[in-house]
Amino acid sequence: MLINEFLLLGAVLFCIGVYGVIARKNAVMVLMSIELILNAVNLNLLAFALRNASPDGHVFALYVIAVAAAEVGVGLGLVLLIYRNKRSIALDELSEMKG
Amino acid sequence: MIAEALVAQNIAFGIIAAVMIVGAIRVVTSSNVVHAALWLVCVLAGASAQYLLVYAEFVAITQVLVYVGAVMVLFLFGVMLTRARIGRENDLNNKNWALGIPIALTLFAAMAIALVGGFKDEHLPSPSAALRIDTQSVSDTIFKPYLLPFWALSFVLLVAVVGAIVLARKD
Repeated sequence: MLINEFLLLGAVLFCIGVYGVIARKNAVMVLMSIELILNAVNLNLLAFALRNASPDGHVFALYVIAVAAAEVGVGLGLVLLIYRNKRSIALDELSEMKG
Repeated sequence: MIAEALVAQNIAFGIIAAVMIVGAIRVVTSSNVVHAALWLVCVLAGASAQYLLVYAEFVAITQVLVYVGAVMVLFLFGVMLTRARIGRENDLNNKNWALGIPIALTLFAAMAIALVGGFKDEHLPSPSAALRIDTQSVSDTIFKPYLLPFWALSFVLLVAVVGAIVLARKD
């Protein structure tokens, strides 16, 4: 298999995730797009681990999974808090900190 | 034998990659939050299958346990708790969402040029020649050179748990 197959699949997923972050208004949907981006990164890490015959890529992929789990937990906590205060999770309505 | 295995690997890769890309596009275009979450399951399970193709069994299992098991449940709870009704919704996109398409395409073009130019037709090690990385060597690597990041990570998880409770608590 070509290494580029994996790397290009990772690039496609990454770009779809970036599009989702830009285009989506709903905070939960933005978090889902971030998950897409993190998975694209993991795919690259594991492809390079096989190429270099080194376990480092596996370790980093596991760390990325752990950090992503923590990120989703805190992110959804924040979303709940915003929803409780504003009855809406549309990100473009959060303009209190605008100067 | 090896050649057959390679062909089978390539076919499996193609099918799973197609499913993942369609799923990812549905995640960012679906107008129903719950459907988007279920398409995300599709993408995450496909990623797990791809990890098996690069001989990363432990990471694949962890992906299924953590992502498909735990993170998806969190997402569905998030959808349930922040939404009065579950169904189609026309108001999920920003008003200038179309700006995302050229940005994503430009980004992909830049990455594709760099990758195709950089790795041309370099092959991954064939199944017979590949030095398999087993779970034992992964754990040896975690607990020897990467022990300090591992500790840091456990603190990150602890802080995230406490922080999520503090944020979401009603008082």
